[in-house]
Amino acid sequence: MTQPSEPVESEELLLTAGPAKGLWRSAFSRLLRRKSGVAGLIIIGFIVLVAIFAPLIAPHSPTEDFIGEPNTTRRDPPCVHLLGCDEELPEHIMGLDGNARDQFSRIVYGSRLSLSVGLSTVAIAFTVGSTLGAIAGYWGRWVDNVIMRVMDVILGFPALLLAIGIVAALGPGLRNTLLAIAIVSIPQYARVMRASVLSVKEEEFVAASRALGAGGWRILLTRVVPNTLTPLVVIGTLGVASAILDAAAFGFLGLGAQPPTAEWGSMLAAERQQIFSAPHLVFFPGIAIMITVLGFNLLGDGLRDALDPSLNE
Amino acid sequence: MLRFIVRRLLLAIPVIFGILLVTFFLARAIPGDPCRSILGEKATEEACERFARNKGLDEPLPVQLGIYMRDIVTGDLGDSIRFSRPVSQMLVERLPMTIELATAALIIAVVVGVTLGVISAMRHNSAVDVGTMVVANVGVSMPVFWLGLMLIWLFAATLGWLPPSGRLTAGLSSEPFFEKWGWDFKEGSFPFLTVEFISNHFIFNSIITGDWEVLRDAIKHLILPAFALSTIPMAVIARITRSSLLEVMGRDYVRTARAKGSRERRVVIRHGLRNALLPVTTIIGLQLGALLSGAVLTETIFGLAGAGTMIFDAITARDFPVIQGFVVVIATLYVVINLIVDILYAYLDPRIRLE
Repeated sequence: MTQPSEPVESEELLLTAGPAKGLWRSAFSRLLRRKSGVAGLIIIGFIVLVAIFAPLIAPHSPTEDFIGEPNTTRRDPPCVHLLGCDEELPEHIMGLDGNARDQFSRIVYGSRLSLSVGLSTVAIAFTVGSTLGAIAGYWGRWVDNVIMRVMDVILGFPALLLAIGIVAALGPGLRNTLLAIAIVSIPQYARVMRASVLSVKEEEFVAASRALGAGGWRILLTRVVPNTLTPLVVIGTLGVASAILDAAAFGFLGLGAQPPTAEWGSMLAAERQQIFSAPHLVFFPGIAIMITVLGFNLLGDGLRDALDPSLNE
Repeated sequence: MLRFIVRRLLLAIPVIFGILLVTFFLARAIPGDPCRSILGEKATEEACERFARNKGLDEPLPVQLGIYMRDIVTGDLGDSIRFSRPVSQMLVERLPMTIELATAALIIAVVVGVTLGVISAMRHNSAVDVGTMVVANVGVSMPVFWLGLMLIWLFAATLGWLPPSGRLTAGLSSEPFFEKWGWDFKEGSFPFLTVEFISNHFIFNSIITGDWEVLRDAIKHLILPAFALSTIPMAVIARITRSSLLEVMGRDYVRTARAKGSRERRVVIRHGLRNALLPVTTIIGLQLGALLSGAVLTETIFGLAGAGTMIFDAITARDFPVIQGFVVVIATLYVVINLIVDILYAYLDPRIRLE
């Protein structure tokens, strides 16, 4: 979303920035000026708080069932006393699921799972992908060729199908889902890292370092890599969003988290036949996924604008 | 131009070869043997040995790989272990459904996406622009399977406007054009498979045979799944169109066009959009993978017997030949479509050819 930069903003920045404000600090202050970035930060902050304080927020345990309680049946619709629900009925603000568990509690606990899946997947893919990309870009020649052809092969598959294949090979479950999603997203990071390294390695400060006698790894780690991280941070943030979506899709297909784990995708899958009789059981987990993913997408967009050097000319 | 195409084709060969290799080994790395997942958990050792011999699974891996590569080069995709039917026949039955779904989704995505992008860019920073971009952001954040279920709930369960699942209403069937026109083919022969493949595109088939009832019914069944599948590419296309058009509209030649006194509409379409569509073309090519992945989910929700559900079932049943055959077709399709995108790109932007 590149748009002509607003000159006022950059002038203001220059005035407030002071002489040696770091790239990240000034990027952060620019991020706070972007509506999408702020919205993303607020949403993510909210979800993180929900995940941390889940035991305080959730009225029940995510696996506790209410079978046999008075006035309770499976798949009871939402009941909020404040909104005029009969005081006789037990309060379940998002209703009960097919096993008579409190859906609100399950959704609250599900945020822990989705966040950790999203972040750890990106952590793996980011580390492996950018290392491979840096090696390929810095050493070039046959190393580059071998690494990048392997990346092309991975990219040759539709991502979800390759990930399904990997999960089928490793066996269903949350950990393997995570690995599979990480593996199929490695090429993205490798490609971007390689491209950045290729452009940075010809810079004069790298040549200067080399002239001073620094070795290959040292130059790569202290001179090249720090100057290539900006695009990767943006891709990583957007990557968290797509990892959460993919993990939910795996849960939905029955390959990801296994019952009774409270995972949004598998919660949705378990009740999808009830769409006609108990739509609330499909509605809420989907909304939860959407809001979380939206948060990371907005933050990613905001970061891209904030870190794009063409916007602060 | 010819040299460019040939070079791109040659570059694709090692990639396709790698994809075939990975598929072969990945399919065999899936734990659990095909015998027990097909004959049942209690199959005896002898039964499984006989099964393996029949299906050629007792050969050493390199031999299996050799046979597999030889068969692919000769166009033989083998037989499904589970159904004992040629994989090519299964693809002929299932792939058209997915192609119809993906094409419909892509058309919706491009038409709506580009339109929204152009409107947003022209009314830059207005309420319309902000609104469209908010909707686009929500669009890429929605799980396809959830949107599908919500559409079923709203349009099928609550409003009753559209059917919730399936490809045609029960009792209705699409008569293949070659049968209607009295063409005769040997069952299972290559020409037969070809015409059957074409006629299994119900919408196309009913148009050429003039069967309007089937056409209307097929379209009605396609609307919800196609829309669900189109949202993510649509949002991506809208965003790219907007940002690329905004960038182009700041160029000198656009100012020149305006200075000449061209009407705004003409400036946007002739000078702006034509140049802004370059990145959009690439994105459309890249969305193909997302469409195929989405098809697995969409077909599952809408109960459609397409290639997406076929590959999913094959992976879970360890039906190697089906997995391999499917991947071969998809990988080739991928390479061909990306080639077309590259050629289109080189045609639209001559600088690329010369590099």
